[in-house]
Amino acid sequence: MIEALAFYMFACTAVAAAVLVISAKNPVHSVLFLILTFFNAAGLFVLLGAEFLAMILVVVYVGAVAVLFMFVVMMLDINFVELRQGFLQYLPIGGLIGIVLLVELLVLVGGWTITADAARSAVAKAPAPEVTSNTHALGEIIYTQYIYLFQAAGLVLLVAMIGAIVLTHRHRDSVKKQNIGDQLARRAEEAVELQKVDIGKGI
Amino acid sequence: MFDILVVFLPLLGSVIAGIITFVPAEDKAKKHSLDMAAQTVTCMGLLLSMAFAILVFWDVALGGNARTTELFTWIDSGALEVSWALKVDTLTSVMMIVVTVVSAMVHVYSVGYMHHDTSIPRFMSYLSLFTFFMLTLITADNLVQLFFGWEGVGLASYLLIGFWYNKPSANAAAIKAFLVNRVGDFGFALGIFAVFMLFQTAHLDTIFAAAAGKKDATFVIFGSEFHALTACCLLLFVGAMGKSAQLGLHTWLPDAMEGPTPVSALIHAATMVTAGVFMVARLSPIFEFSETALIVVTVVGATTAIFAATVACVQNDIKRVIAYSTCSQLGYMFFACGVSAYSAGIFHLMTHGFFKALLFLGAGSVIHAMSDEQDMRKMGGIWKHIKVTYVLMWIGSLALAGVPFFAGFYSKDIILEAAYGAHTGIGMYAFWLGILAAFLTAFYSWRLLFMTFHGAPRADEKTMAHVHESPKVMILPLFVLAAGACFAGYLGYENFVGHKAAEFWGNSILILDHHKALENAHHVPLWVKLAPLVVGAVGIGLAYILYIKRTDLPAKIANAYQGVYQFLLNKWYFDELYDAVFVRPSFVLGRGLWKVIDGWIIDGLGPDGISNTVRIMARRIAALQSGYLYHYAFAMLIGVVVIASWYLFTRVG
Amino acid sequence: MLEIGLSHYLTVAAVLFTLGIFGIFLNRKNVIIILMSIELMLLAVNINLVAFSAELGDLVGQIFAMFVLTVAAAEAAVGLAILVVFFRNRGTIAVEDISVMKG
Repeated sequence: MIEALAFYMFACTAVAAAVLVISAKNPVHSVLFLILTFFNAAGLFVLLGAEFLAMILVVVYVGAVAVLFMFVVMMLDINFVELRQGFLQYLPIGGLIGIVLLVELLVLVGGWTITADAARSAVAKAPAPEVTSNTHALGEIIYTQYIYLFQAAGLVLLVAMIGAIVLTHRHRDSVKKQNIGDQLARRAEEAVELQKVDIGKGI
Repeated sequence: MFDILVVFLPLLGSVIAGIITFVPAEDKAKKHSLDMAAQTVTCMGLLLSMAFAILVFWDVALGGNARTTELFTWIDSGALEVSWALKVDTLTSVMMIVVTVVSAMVHVYSVGYMHHDTSIPRFMSYLSLFTFFMLTLITADNLVQLFFGWEGVGLASYLLIGFWYNKPSANAAAIKAFLVNRVGDFGFALGIFAVFMLFQTAHLDTIFAAAAGKKDATFVIFGSEFHALTACCLLLFVGAMGKSAQLGLHTWLPDAMEGPTPVSALIHAATMVTAGVFMVARLSPIFEFSETALIVVTVVGATTAIFAATVACVQNDIKRVIAYSTCSQLGYMFFACGVSAYSAGIFHLMTHGFFKALLFLGAGSVIHAMSDEQDMRKMGGIWKHIKVTYVLMWIGSLALAGVPFFAGFYSKDIILEAAYGAHTGIGMYAFWLGILAAFLTAFYSWRLLFMTFHGAPRADEKTMAHVHESPKVMILPLFVLAAGACFAGYLGYENFVGHKAAEFWGNSILILDHHKALENAHHVPLWVKLAPLVVGAVGIGLAYILYIKRTDLPAKIANAYQGVYQFLLNKWYFDELYDAVFVRPSFVLGRGLWKVIDGWIIDGLGPDGISNTVRIMARRIAALQSGYLYHYAFAMLIGVVVIASWYLFTRVG
Repeated sequence: MLEIGLSHYLTVAAVLFTLGIFGIFLNRKNVIIILMSIELMLLAVNINLVAFSAELGDLVGQIFAMFVLTVAAAEAAVGLAILVVFFRNRGTIAVEDISVMKG
């Protein structure tokens, strides 16, 4: 009972928020609604028993990705009053394609049944949650069977980081930095110059 | 030996004169010497050729020494074996005489006639070239060589008619001659193919030997069965119709008068146009076996004779009168062959060669004297000034009309008697038309004489003052021809058509026993023998009345019978008919094929159309690349949906 | 209805996915919406994975979802970096203006 209620609450909010993501006028609002969607999705994950993933969703998606979106939206000078609205032009054909896709997905969902012994062919059997927590169970599998994929994912993140820095880095002339090499290469002869100054006169 | 010389001396002359044509002449003196060189070479070549031809005649025809001289092999391919050989028998040697004598006389005449022309070497070269081709035609040992000569004379005719190529009318006439001849040549070629199909050879002697055996053979063409020899003969006769300007393919002959007068004399009187008659006589061994073909030949010949004679009566150009006269006389020769009196036809061919060439060259003299005036309505009253020409024209006309003791009398009368002697309906048809044509022949010949030489002068004073006799170089050849016109008939009668005919002709002409026209010709009733003379006299008398006594009558008659007059003046409207039926539709077809089919359909569907379509398609496809990211994403999405749907509906179930 | 089963979660995921797709080509405003729509689609996929993982009792689904998360984050970072540079050079991120690749 509770489960159903929670599910419907999370599900409807998620869907509503998604709709608003793509239709909000203000891009900042869009990002905020995206965050809401993520939160509700995390809630759905919890309902499914994948609490580790739910928390990761919140931390990574909301805390990092959505915040990144917010940064960019704020940084780019988007005057949303002037933004063009050509929404309805593509609605018929786009809507048709989307509806078709949705219907197909739902047909699949409704028409398929899972075989009885599917559960027995699990690759990584989930232990009972009372014995091992979800996080623990995940950890046991990731660091043993999927260690290579894990490291590869880390490399992907590294590359992404470097790529992002390389793309957006700008050389600014107004920023002064130390150039150690120049400093160390200084010689006394060219650094200091003795001038004979007459009394009462300057250089 | 002499055979080879007779045929190839003119070729040598032609080649040398041809080379001289290309030597540039900087001044008048050099041009004069080049012209002299060309004339000398060609005339010498022809005179020598003529001399040798007389020797050959002596040897072969009078001595009975027919022979074939093989030169070299031309084609050796499977069943077709064609060699270059000179077949000289009586028929050939008679033709050789005619061709070389007339050609030699024309060559000499041209020295005087073309004296002021700018391209004398070219002219002489063409004349000799023509003579060579004609000689090849008559000495042909097989049908392919005959066709070579056939086509060659057609080519030479084209070159000579269009000799003054700066005149558009001359060019048009040359093309017309060539095209109409082509139609005939097409039939001729088909005939040769048919003969080959039947006999598996093109060699004349072989064909003649096998002809009797094939007389009942049939062809199956498009499902119907045809008597083979008839089909062959009819097709070959189509060629003869074209070359000899018989009714239907005659339209080129009057227009051919655009060429210089010596050309008209040589080609369109004595030699090229007689090639058709020669061919029929030469192929008598196969014509004899086809009654149908002979009937067709007779009918066509007789109808042509009367047609041309009627048209000649109202023509005003002196050369056209003589041209139609030639056409008419050719008709005589053909219907003679049609009633199996081949020797009579060839006899008339020989005598006609002499007097018709005489008439043409004489007309050339008249034109020369009248400062290039050819319209008889502007002549008159000049007989005192050019007496020699006048007398020569009289001789020629007497010979043409068949006045006793001149050449034409012997040859023409034997033809008419043979037509009567055939004792068939067709023979009678030919006979009566021949009589009528004889009447008209006498009429228009004397019309020509009276209008040209007698009466009050109708030319202006300047022209009249200039009237002068032609130089000796032009008159002497005329004397030779006049001698032939006077004596050739009397001298040749016994040998050609008389009692010595069988021995004279030997194997060169075949007459089957049941074709008795020539035999019967010697036994016809008296009125038949006298009829041509009577109608000839009536014709002369009528011409005298209309053109000397009552010169107002012709105009009155013409006005009274305006329709008939116009019909005859416009040559029975043949040219207009052909123009409407053949020429215009050809142009329409040509234009249609060019503009519509080639331009619109083929180019449109082919290169132009495809390239255009490709361009349009490319532009539309390029429009898909809009540069908008979401367009691309949308395209990807559509792709995904399509794949998913397809998967759903085909694999899952 | 009340008994929450696999299909419910899959339905939610499907709807979210479709909404993400709508977001890509229905929006005329700016490119950031496109990036956010991509995130929505990835979220939908994640929900799918986790739902199946719960259903089948197989932890692989959750592990895969974690990797998807990682890659999504990386992709969002790089994508936004590109966007920033683009904005610096062009001065606009309105979708209609970005048609330099027009063929």
